[in-house]
Amino acid sequence: MEQLSRRRFLKISAATFTAAAAVTRLPDAVRVAGAAEAEKGVRTVPTFCEMCFWRCSGIAHVRDGKLWKFEGNPNDPQSRGRLCPRGTGAVGAYYDPDRLQKPLIRTSARGKDAWKAVTWDEALAYVAERMQKIKAEHGAESIAMFNHGIGVRMLQHVLKSYGCTNFAGPSFAQCRGPRDIGFLLTMGTGLGSPEPTDIANTDCLVLIGSHLGENMHNTQVQEFAQAVARRISIIVVDPRYSVAASKAKHWLPIRPGTDLALILAWMNVIVAEGLYDRAFVERHGHGFDRFAAEIAASTPEWAAGETGIDAGLIRTTAREIARHRPASLVHPGRRVNWNGDDAQRSRAVALLNALLGNWGRKGGIYLQAGMRVASYPLPKYPASTRPLADNPNQERYPFADEPVTTGLRDATISGKPYPIKAWWVYSTNLMQALPNPAETLKAIDQLDLLVVCDTVPSDIAGYADVVLPEVTFLERHDELLVGWGRQGWTSLRQPVMPAPADQKPGWWIAKELAGKLGIAQCMPFKDMAEYLATRVEKSGLSWETLKNDGVIMGPKMPITVEEGAEFAFDTPSGKVEFWSDQLVKAGFDPVPKYKAPAPLPEGFFRLVTGRSPVHTFSRTQSNPLLAGLMSDNEVWINAATAAKLGIANGQFVTLRNQDGVASNRVRVKATQRIRPDTVYMVYGFGQTNPRNRRTFGKGASAAQLNTRYATDPLMGGTSLHGNYVAIEQEA
Amino acid sequence: MARYGMVIDTRKCVGCMDCVVACQTENSVPQGYCRDWITTEVRGEFPSLTMEIRSERCNHCDNPPCVSCCPTGASHVEPDGRFVHVTASRCIGCKACIASCPYGARFVHPDGYVDKCTFCAHRVRQGQDPACVSVCPTRCMYFGDLDDPQSKVSELLRTRRWHVLLPDAGTKPRVYYLS
Amino acid sequence: MLEITTTRHNPLIDPQLHVWGWEIPLYLFVGGVVAGMMVIAGLAMLRTAKGEDTARFFSVQTPLLAFVLLNVGMLALLLDLAHPLYVWAVYLTFEPASPMSWGSWVLLLVYAILLVSALVRLHEAWPWLGRTLPAVERWSDAITRSPARLALLGWMNVVFGVAVGIYTGILLNTMVARPLWNTSVLPVLFLVSGVSAGAAAMHLASRFFGRRPAPQGLVAGFLSALAQPLGPQPPEKSTVDTLIRADVALLALELVLLALLVLGMLTSTASHAAAAALVLGGPYTLAFWGAIVVAGILVPILLQSLELSRRIPHTVLPALLVLAGGYVLRWVMVNAGQASEIVQAAAR
Ligand SMILES: Nc1nc2c(c(=O)[nH]1)N[C@H]1C(S)=C(S)[C@@H](COP(=O)(O)OP(=O)(O)OC[C@H]3O[C@@H](n4cnc5c(=O)[nH]c(N)nc54)[C@H](O)[C@@H]3O)O[C@H]1N2
Ligand SMILES: Nc1nc2c(c(=O)[nH]1)N[C@H]1C(S)=C(S)[C@@H](COP(=O)(O)OP(=O)(O)OC[C@H]3O[C@@H](n4cnc5c(=O)[nH]c(N)nc54)[C@H](O)[C@@H]3O)O[C@H]1N2
Ligand code: SF4
Ligand code: SF4
Ligand code: SF4
Ligand code: SF4
Ligand code: SF4
Ligand SMILES: [Mo]
Repeated sequence: MEQLSRRRFLKISAATFTAAAAVTRLPDAVRVAGAAEAEKGVRTVPTFCEMCFWRCSGIAHVRDGKLWKFEGNPNDPQSRGRLCPRGTGAVGAYYDPDRLQKPLIRTSARGKDAWKAVTWDEALAYVAERMQKIKAEHGAESIAMFNHGIGVRMLQHVLKSYGCTNFAGPSFAQCRGPRDIGFLLTMGTGLGSPEPTDIANTDCLVLIGSHLGENMHNTQVQEFAQAVARRISIIVVDPRYSVAASKAKHWLPIRPGTDLALILAWMNVIVAEGLYDRAFVERHGHGFDRFAAEIAASTPEWAAGETGIDAGLIRTTAREIARHRPASLVHPGRRVNWNGDDAQRSRAVALLNALLGNWGRKGGIYLQAGMRVASYPLPKYPASTRPLADNPNQERYPFADEPVTTGLRDATISGKPYPIKAWWVYSTNLMQALPNPAETLKAIDQLDLLVVCDTVPSDIAGYADVVLPEVTFLERHDELLVGWGRQGWTSLRQPVMPAPADQKPGWWIAKELAGKLGIAQCMPFKDMAEYLATRVEKSGLSWETLKNDGVIMGPKMPITVEEGAEFAFDTPSGKVEFWSDQLVKAGFDPVPKYKAPAPLPEGFFRLVTGRSPVHTFSRTQSNPLLAGLMSDNEVWINAATAAKLGIANGQFVTLRNQDGVASNRVRVKATQRIRPDTVYMVYGFGQTNPRNRRTFGKGASAAQLNTRYATDPLMGGTSLHGNYVAIEQEA
Repeated sequence: MARYGMVIDTRKCVGCMDCVVACQTENSVPQGYCRDWITTEVRGEFPSLTMEIRSERCNHCDNPPCVSCCPTGASHVEPDGRFVHVTASRCIGCKACIASCPYGARFVHPDGYVDKCTFCAHRVRQGQDPACVSVCPTRCMYFGDLDDPQSKVSELLRTRRWHVLLPDAGTKPRVYYLS
Repeated sequence: MLEITTTRHNPLIDPQLHVWGWEIPLYLFVGGVVAGMMVIAGLAMLRTAKGEDTARFFSVQTPLLAFVLLNVGMLALLLDLAHPLYVWAVYLTFEPASPMSWGSWVLLLVYAILLVSALVRLHEAWPWLGRTLPAVERWSDAITRSPARLALLGWMNVVFGVAVGIYTGILLNTMVARPLWNTSVLPVLFLVSGVSAGAAAMHLASRFFGRRPAPQGLVAGFLSALAQPLGPQPPEKSTVDTLIRADVALLALELVLLALLVLGMLTSTASHAAAAALVLGGPYTLAFWGAIVVAGILVPILLQSLELSRRIPHTVLPALLVLAGGYVLRWVMVNAGQASEIVQAAAR
């Protein structure tokens, strides 16, 4: 599986990566960056957003020394001058009164709210001493890290320099992992972020789940709105009448967990009726005939029984999708881990797109362009002879190409293949992000050290031995963002405001820690500004320009066939694998096969989750601005069902899942906008750390109810929609 | 003199509330208050539904009852753009204007005066769009002079189907919703 | 099916949440009582000016009680203001379109009229005042001894009493946004209910204070002047009967007006019908039917009729009920009115 072990981007023949950059400028009025002088009047600082991982660049405005507003940076291809509500609300993250202020060391049992505030010196000395001990007893590999976001760069670098090898983030197994592996197996490349979907130019957009408009991935939402305005065909598959569904020509309110049946039926119609792109399939397809034979039985009539969608509608929509090809796009999705077999469903999505011949086409999936930025010369990491703990030698999840969080958690519980004795947790709230928090607690019980670096008292910080308060992204430098998209770009994160208390940036913590661990030489620069400036100048770019403009664009390159781009597929066959020999070899279905979800037990509903436009996971709930717009989540229940159960809109209920786990009380939204057999909640609420006053006990946690999850045998993705809940009214 | 109005394309609006957050930061709206808000109207029964999402605010009515009922003249119409404004230093907080507004656009600011959307006159007078309009990621809001037939807003009202809120109230609102 | 969700977190911005609390209903009630008392006192002054009134009870003491009540009402009004320190701003301007502006100026005049009306005979109840400030006595006499002047004062009481009585109704009535208020019956209803409540208030006062001699001295005299709109003699029986008879007629009229209000709502727009539903079959039903119609109108009519025919002894109970009913009427109208809103026109 060697060739799968790293993320590769397409070979773009026309692509000559140069460091030369086309630089655009901001109007002079907003170019007074970085001034620390007397705080009167307005100054502006460009920096990129960390309210989610889409990484838009914005311009922070500081008025009379107060953070006033954060607006989009017109230079930036991600924001195009406009942020999403969470980005705009970043001001609230800075002024959140519940922010962590000082390093804390636990003084009582784990999970009890008993801490002493200590100096950074004490906190890091304490951590370093325990790390030295664990390294001496178990090896550095026994110190693992969970992380999410670009801010971890230097901490990870120091841990790697120390010999650590186990790093995992929820962005793979809990998020886009199954999709990227599905595409990798089929097209030879994962899609990464931002997804190269040419929504701006498509004539037909199919959204399977992908709830754009609630999922506020900025650029996509902007292009989606343009698409709506262009009155293109939009087809939305979702058990819930999402915002996107309300803009669609066709809404297919599918029975959760049956999407593969629908996709197979669509492909069945497109193949049977010869509506697919023959030239593309003949030239680039591998094993198409075997694939066609395999799906021959997956008729709309068959799928109707599974999905609850009328066979006629399946046929109509299949023809509609095919009619607009190649400017027809089936969105690959992002958080696709619904049922635990999602890599195969994503493979089906990839194949459906392949039938449309939209690869590298205008209005389809474009070919990502990037730019090259030089790296900073850093010492090499020590070599390790031990396998990665989450997925040793890729034996558990043969096609995983990134570490699997739940795998690492399993290894911590079992002590196999070797004990994991310390967790560093940076910017990920494991109690909400991973399924079944009870297992996370079981793993934490095995630890000699749990360090949590966060900005607010998150759920996971409540279980830490040491809590390290990081400044928010508005107060720090971070690693450069070198983005791939329609055009490569580089964005800078730089401090806008001073830290309000004793919080520190990640890179500073890393540097101090390196000193305490005796490996100071791995951080051979004075500070992050020097590191960044070196990288930028070495690339022939201007540090001043980047500081003033926030963004430097890479060279323009063709990204579609229409523009003269060429592509090849980096699969074993060099083609789009309609039939996958590597899957056969590993003992899996060569063509995705539908498995019906378990039937719904009487009196239960399937629980599915999604996003609110004003919150990101569990990270924004304590932000006073955003909490002001949504302070707790609701459980969506079909209005007729609610009426039958005697439940009123706005009433509080408790959800109890099939394993008897009960949620917090949560308010009912009785609505026509959801299937009668499904209930829906926005994920990230129901937090448990009493120090976080705005989040504590507000709403219900979807993660907590996710006690029964399936794991994708291909790549370790965990299902998030596998649970049934009963609705209990308050006495 | 301009007669400003706002035209909002409900087809494009996704109800993300960016306009609400942006107004709060731009105008330092005190925590817990908002000058604009989102209304979602769902019609039909599962699975035959339609939905309209609207970003709502003061309509800067041409016939504003909030102005005529104000005993102090604090609520008034600014001549340069027909903004309906409140002069904080003249407002006694009698709330007559709140009761008279059919749209619920006004509230009592914790400092003791009545506050509401200003159409961001401070920005408009500098040639900028209001904050909510300028942040909206779907670019579904348009602001301009309704009396100028060349303006984008006039063009949209000529070419698209639109409605205003509570036309029966007789207030002649100047926020239009395209459908 | 129509599902409307509004995402705003500020309770004050929501029309269904109340703008006005307890202060405004109290003010409207007291204002109504004051209006009623002014009308009655004015009529009595006119009679006195013609030399018909001997008891002087209405013409002299009523304005004093009304003046005190007016102060209570204005205090309630002031307490309701979010920025009471700016209250003078009302008097920097006159806004002809604003009933509240009219009302503010009217209140100012009413304040002066009541003050003068109360002062003209205050020195009789409060002899030390006449002794210390002979000027008061002189001015008072200058008015009371001149029938023309007294008649003018009487007319001013009547006219401005009516003005106060209906302006509160007009204030609410002009608010198109609140369908429950949006009826032309309201000003008349408020006036009639105010006069009947004013009569009840005087009735009460005469029962409680009418018979006792006035205490004297700085403190006791002051207190008695406030609490005891007394006269040397209690009102005559025939006067009381006249008052009761008038009250019964007013209550009956009020009943008719209430019926008109509700029927008018029901037969008007959907918004008005929805507003009527608030009092007919909604959160305010019990208060409306129980407290206003039954306890505040029907029972007092019954009791007072029985009193007039001497079948039961005269008590203060009807007066108390009328006053309570008058207060609840304002309370219901203010609260239900704020809860009423224009409903969006039918499906587009
Ligand atoms: N505002 C906001 N935006 C975000 C984020 C955020 O936290 N907040 N997070 C970002 C990240 S990291 C990610 S991964 C993305 C995730 O966003 P998406 O990839 O768009 O999320 P989905 O997995 O599609 O899940 C949500 C939708 O799927 C529907 N759904 C549930 N079950 C099923 C099913 O069985 N079949 C089908 N067809 N639909 C189903 C739900 O009703 C819901 O509408 O959002 C990104 N954008
Ligand atoms: N049930 C359920 N589970 C899910 C999902 C779902 O839809 N439903 N979605 C999944 C998906 S798609 C994803 S991507 C993951 C996301 O999972 P996570 O990335 O773990 O998301 P958050 O819950 O936001 O946790 C982020 C933590 O980082 C902290 N933080 C924020 N900014 C900073 C910073 O600048 N520095 C530091 N040090 N800390 C910071 C926040 O306070 C918060 O505690 O969740 C997955 N889990
Ligand atoms: S999508 Fe929104 S939250 Fe995410 S980076 Fe962009 S502006 Fe920030
Ligand atoms: S910002 Fe734009 S898209 Fe979002 S709710 Fe407001 S008007 Fe709608
Ligand atoms: S919307 Fe309300 S506050 Fe605004 S002008 Fe119209 S009536 Fe006045
Ligand atoms: S609250 Fe202020 S603005 Fe409103 S009517 Fe009263 S004085 Fe005028
Ligand atoms: S125009 Fe300005 S004040 Fe009015 S809602 Fe928009 S941002 Fe707020
Ligand atoms: Mo994600």
